[in-house]
Parts: sequence; structure tokens; C-alpha cells
Amino acid sequence: MQPGLGTLTGFVAGALWGLVWMIVTAVMFMLVSGAATTPPVGAAMLAGAVCGATITAFRPAARTFGVTIAAIAAVFLVQAAATFGAPLGLPLATAPLAQMAAIAAFVGLTWFAVDRTMAAQPSGRLTRYQFEIVVLRLAKGLGLVFFTVMVALPFYVMVMTSLKNQSELLANPLDFSLDIAQGPAGLFRSYIELFTVYSFGTFLMNTAIVAIGTVIITLSFAVPGAYAVARLRFPGQAFLSRSILLIYMVPAIVLVIPLYAVFSQLGLRNTLTGLLIVYPATTIPVALYMLQGYFRGIPSELEEAGLMDGLTRAGVIGKITLPLSLPALASVALYVFMIAWNEFLFAFMFLDDIDMFTLSRGVVSLNSSEVPRQHLMAGAVIATIPVLVLFLWFERFLVSGLTAGSVKG
Amino acid sequence: MASTSDLERLDDTARRAAELRPPVPPTALGPLARRERNLAYSMLLPTFGIVMAVVLAPLLANFWISFKPVGLGDLRPASLFVNERLRGDLVEPGDVATLQYRLRNSSQDEPLRDTAFTDTLPAGLTVTGDLDPRCALDGRQLTCELGRVEPRHRETIAVEVTATAAYIADPVPVRDSPATSQATADNVLTNFEFTLENFDRVFSAAEFWHVLRVTVYYTVFATLGAIILGLFAAQILNTAFAGRTVLRGLFLFPYVAPVIAVAFTWVLLLDPFSGALNAILRQVGVLDQPVNFLGQRAFAVDFFGLTVNFPVALTTIILIEAWRSFPLSFLFILARMQSIPADMYEAAEVDGATPLQQFWYISLPQLVGIIAILFLLRFIWSFNNFDDIFLLTGGAAGTRTLVVNVYEQAFAISNLGAGAAVAVVVFLVLLCFSIVIFKYSPQDEG
Repeated sequence: MQPGLGTLTGFVAGALWGLVWMIVTAVMFMLVSGAATTPPVGAAMLAGAVCGATITAFRPAARTFGVTIAAIAAVFLVQAAATFGAPLGLPLATAPLAQMAAIAAFVGLTWFAVDRTMAAQPSGRLTRYQFEIVVLRLAKGLGLVFFTVMVALPFYVMVMTSLKNQSELLANPLDFSLDIAQGPAGLFRSYIELFTVYSFGTFLMNTAIVAIGTVIITLSFAVPGAYAVARLRFPGQAFLSRSILLIYMVPAIVLVIPLYAVFSQLGLRNTLTGLLIVYPATTIPVALYMLQGYFRGIPSELEEAGLMDGLTRAGVIGKITLPLSLPALASVALYVFMIAWNEFLFAFMFLDDIDMFTLSRGVVSLNSSEVPRQHLMAGAVIATIPVLVLFLWFERFLVSGLTAGSVKG
Repeated sequence: MASTSDLERLDDTARRAAELRPPVPPTALGPLARRERNLAYSMLLPTFGIVMAVVLAPLLANFWISFKPVGLGDLRPASLFVNERLRGDLVEPGDVATLQYRLRNSSQDEPLRDTAFTDTLPAGLTVTGDLDPRCALDGRQLTCELGRVEPRHRETIAVEVTATAAYIADPVPVRDSPATSQATADNVLTNFEFTLENFDRVFSAAEFWHVLRVTVYYTVFATLGAIILGLFAAQILNTAFAGRTVLRGLFLFPYVAPVIAVAFTWVLLLDPFSGALNAILRQVGVLDQPVNFLGQRAFAVDFFGLTVNFPVALTTIILIEAWRSFPLSFLFILARMQSIPADMYEAAEVDGATPLQQFWYISLPQLVGIIAILFLLRFIWSFNNFDDIFLLTGGAAGTRTLVVNVYEQAFAISNLGAGAAVAVVVFLVLLCFSIVIFKYSPQDEG
């Protein structure tokens, strides 16, 4: 045991981790069990600090299994002692199972985080290099927790709210525990009602038609256009390849007023056809831009060989260029699908007839005081799941296509 | 001093040099190049067509509409409403009744020209009385030429009819053959009547400068927020650890999920009475009172004796916009970071650079290009952002940006012209951005 300045660093890092994990585990405990507690953060900071000090009291080589056990035990014992036997600030009898799990998670996570932060760092004085490593590990670790909570919390709340009922939510807004005993029919009541009473089946169908239609139209327009910009020489080519993206910068709200006026007079306003004209027009420029970036990367010798062997331009595109750019096509298709599926403004402005509603429009119509909140959230979940599943499935295409095709800096 | 002969000699040299200059390629396109050009144009034609029709034409139309005194109700063209009915009982053959046509100009302020209506009289009724001088009967076809009809004008044209036995035997309701009317009216959208009233109204409104200021705050801070969060997230995920792929997918959720879904979730989360976030913050001890994050305009903060009005709702929507858009910047920055060659870091390591120095002197300079592009893109997108603000606050509580103002004027107040005027302002601001982008965008992109 050689405590030194490194031990102090461990002490401070431990206190920070104790604070963060206490808040996170206590909030999760509240959300899952429905019991309310004020997390004892002071005790948690002390527990984490003692854990950090225990680990860093030893040289890295001397941190044996025994030290690990001692560090873990330190978190638990200090936390229990400083809160007089109520580690989460609650008597152990309330929601004992969830509380056990939360305490175990707190102890384990705090120890793990402190151990990772101080791994291989000396117990004595830290060099600047070592100190920065510790600070960076701390910042990255805390950032990781921060981002995960920040992203996961709204989606968790969205799903859980859709499975509860309004009176429960008003009684305790933190209680997201599920009553499994009511069976699937009771649990998914909101979803069943949305599909039977609120015709979400139609909305789902309409949205799918519009989104897939937009993808097909966009690709059939953008592929030849992108090929021309990428491969053929013509006056204005350079200007076009740079300016086409500017179209994408035009805000939809600026187009809404004239389109609303014209579509009203043409009778296109309250139709899916109207959306199938507007959506592709807004997605074609970005699709063209992404595709031309990719087409340029294909060696033109391949196409020239095809031309020499007697293929027409159309043949070259169909037999050489497109098969080679399948990843780009997939990513563009997915991106366009995502835009069309999620589009809100035009659907909101143009559609009045409930048979024509897309999901976006349908969910907005649920936002009234007569419709219970869990229906609104169930609608949100229905709108989110298809696009999210599709996206996670094809994620690597989208990532590589978005970044490689459009911006190279 | 050059003599005349010197000048002549110089002139001669120049002429000879011109003759020796290699031949300049012809400026006109050759047949092959022309064919290539035509092919390119024909391949781009569909794109041009749809973009012209749905994006560029409406952009220009906005300018037109912004000079028009046009409301939402004017979209339906003015017309002549005709309502016919039969007054009097027809029981016996020979009974007399009056066929009334009640006419109304549907418009409050547009006169109708060349107005006329036609109607087919029910079989078995004969016209007996004097016909209105403007009407003519051809068989059972009644045609009335009314000429000019003033706005709000209403009148009734009566036709006296006598029933025949055939009618009594089989009475046909008069409305079985509805009267059809025709009229030409000036459409406010297409006539040549212009006004500056819309711009006057937009610029003189006290709130306009407030809206402009809110727009600037929103755009700048949401952009900065998205980029800083994205840079941070990219740093975190650039280190290898178990579960990195899962987290990378998770971090993209806010960007991929539909805006309606996340906006309503945030509204629910931030609700002052039944919102989970308020409850959490109160349990943890951060807040004493629930805060109406989306509904409270300002919160007075005492700052060393200086009272600052902290804009609560505006800050909330800025944070939510940053939350929703950080995945995009994180994706681009991560991709760029992974393409920085590792030997640069190895060399720095050998030279004794600390991690922060490596970030500051290697990573950041490599990322400056992509961050600049992201800044421009996000800047414009945040500026254009309508959906989030509209769904979260509806532009209330001091969160009305220019873009939300377009909707507010055009559809909430039903003044299309004023909305178009704001849209013109939006477009001009964006035009300035575009010029900046064109000037400073890297030449070798693509």
C-alpha cells in the first residue's frame, strides 16, 4: 500500500462516479418500481470516493483480486453505513426485489467505472500524460452515460406510456411499472384501439404507399440525372453539380403557400397523388447529389469498355453502373424512404380526409384532449418502429452512403 | 525613347508571334460533343421538370402572392350561387305556381362578369306569365343572361308556371335538374392588382424584430449545440469498447425517428404536472417547483444584482433541436475521424504529446473542414426548422421564428399574402447563405 497523490485522484474520480451512478440507478429504480425516493447522493459520493481511494492506494501491479473485493465491498459498506441501512434512501421493505437490483447495479457500476478510470494509473504522483488520460476517461465515461440516458429516456417513456393508462400516469408520473397480470389484451389496449377505432391500418398503408412510391419515383428520376452530371460533359455541368444541393436548402414552409393555392384549385390537395408529386421533388436533388458523388468514384474505364463492346448508354447504366453502385442505391433509397415516412408539414397541410391520412397526420389528429395520452404515444410507437427497424437493418449502408457520397472534406 | 521604326518593329514581332501561336480549339461543339450534350440534357429533363414545377415555380409564385391582398378564403373562385324552388301548390291541372331562382354572388368583394345560368324546367310545367327580360325559353331550357353582378348582390328571378295534367300525374321535383351557373370573375391570384400592404404589415409589426431575434438565437445555438454534442459523441465512440455498435445505432435514434413521435414524447416528458422529467428533477432535488419548460416565456435570474430574463421555452426548443440533430454531425465527424491515419497519432505519441494535445493539434485541424460544412448545413436546416417548433410550442411563449411566422400569418390568421411576404423574407435570407456557401465551399468536393 503506497497511498499518494494518485489516491487523491482516485478519490475525486470515485466521488463523481458515485454521484452519477446513484442518480441513474435511483431514477431507473423509480421508473421501474413506481416507488418514490430522494437519492442519497452525498452518501453515494462518499462510497465512490472510498472505492476510488481503495483501488489507487495500491500500485497497479499490487492491485490483486483481494483489492478488487475490498473496493467492491467498500462501495456497499460505505453506502449502507452512511445512509443508516437504507442505501437508496428507502426502507429495504419497499419494492425489495427492485431495490436489491438497483443497489447491486449501483455497487457494480460504480466499482467498474472507477476501476476502468484508474486502471494502470499509479498511486503516486501522476504525470501530465497520465493525468490527462484519467480526465479523458472520466469525460468519455460520463459522456457515454449522459448520451445513453438522454437518448434512451424519451424512447423508454414513449413505449412505456403507450402501455399504461391515463389515470395511472396522472397519479404518479414516474411510475412506468407494467401490470403484467392484465395480459396482452390489456397491455396492448391502446394499440388494439388505434387499429380498430382510429383506422391506423389505413394510415400505415397510406404511409407505406407514399414512402415506397417516393423512393421509386426519386430513384427513377435521380439515377439518369446523376449519371449525366457525373459522366457526361455538357455546358453547365460544373454549375449543376454544385448548385443542385441548394434546392435541398429551400424550406418546405416557403413552398407550402403557393402549392396549397395551386393544389387546391387543381383538386390535388387532399390526395396521396399530391404528396407523391411534392415528396420526390424535395428528395430528388439530394438523391442526385449523393448518387453523382458515388458514380464519379466508379472507374470510367469499366463503362468505356462496355461502350467499346457495343453497349448503348442505357445498357452501360443498367449493366455496369447500377450493379456497381448498389450500396449507394440502397443508402439513397433508405434515406429517401426515411424522409418520406417521417414527413410532417405537407401531410399536415394537404390532407383533410381521414381515409387519406398518413401516419404523421394521423398521430397529430390524436393530439387532442379527448384522446388519452397513451393512444398518442402508441401512435408514435407505430410510426417509429417500421422506420427504425428498417434503419437499423441497413444502417451500415446508410452511414457509408451518407458520408462517402455527399461530403468529402 | 522609342522611335517610330522601333514601334513598327515591335508591331511586326507581335504579328509574327500571333502567326506562330498554336491553333486554338474551335469554341463551337463538335457533333459528338453535341450528341453528348443532348443526351445529358434529356437525362436531366425529368429532374428539371419536377424541380421547376414544385420548387422553383412556387418560389417565384411566393413573390407574386406576397404583393396580393389574398386571404385563405379567396382560393375558391367567386361564382354565382343559384337556388331554385317552387312556391305555390299544384294540385289540379291549370294551377299556377311561381318558380323562384334565388341568386347570390358568392364573393364579398369581386364582381362577376358574363354571368348566366341555365335550368331545365320539369316536364309538364308550362311557362304562362311574362318572362324576365333577361331570360329566354327554348323548349324546356330556361337561360338567363345576367351580365355583371356586383359583389354581395342578391336577387330573385321569378317565373310563373302552370301545371298540366301530365305534371299532376307524375310531379317531378324542380331540384332534380339543378340550375347550372357560369360567371367569370377576377381571380385575386391572377389579376393585376398589387399592394404593398403585406410587407407593410409584416415589417411594421412590433413582433417582427422580436421574431428575427428569436430566429437568430435559435439558429445559432441549435447549430452550435448539435455540433458540440456531435463532436463529443464522436470522440466517445471513436474508442473501442464492447457494445460500441449497439450504442452507435442507439445514438442515431433521435435523427431517424419521425418528428411527430419525438416531439409529442418531449411534450409529454416536459409536462409540468404529469411529465416524468419534472418529477425526476424534483425527486433528485434539482427543482423545487415544476417548470413549464415549453410554456414559460422567461424566468428572471438574479445575476450579481443584475436581473436577466432567461428564455425558458426558447432554450428548451433549442436543446431539443440539438438533441434531434446531433446524430447527423456525430455520424459525419466519426467517419472523418476514422479516416485520420493512425500513424499521425503514433508519431505524436513518440514525441511525447499528451492526449489533449493530440486532440487539439491533430484531430481538430483534421476535422475543421467537415465541421465547417456541417455548420453551414445545420445552420440552414435549423433556420428552416418548422416541424419541431410547431409541434412543441406552436410558436407560443416567445419561440416564434421566421419560418413559424409564415405559417402563423398564412394559415392561423388566414392571410396568405402576409404569409407569402414573410416567406419572401425567409427566401432572401437563405439566398444570402447560399451565396456564402457558393463562395466558400471547397472546390474539390463531390
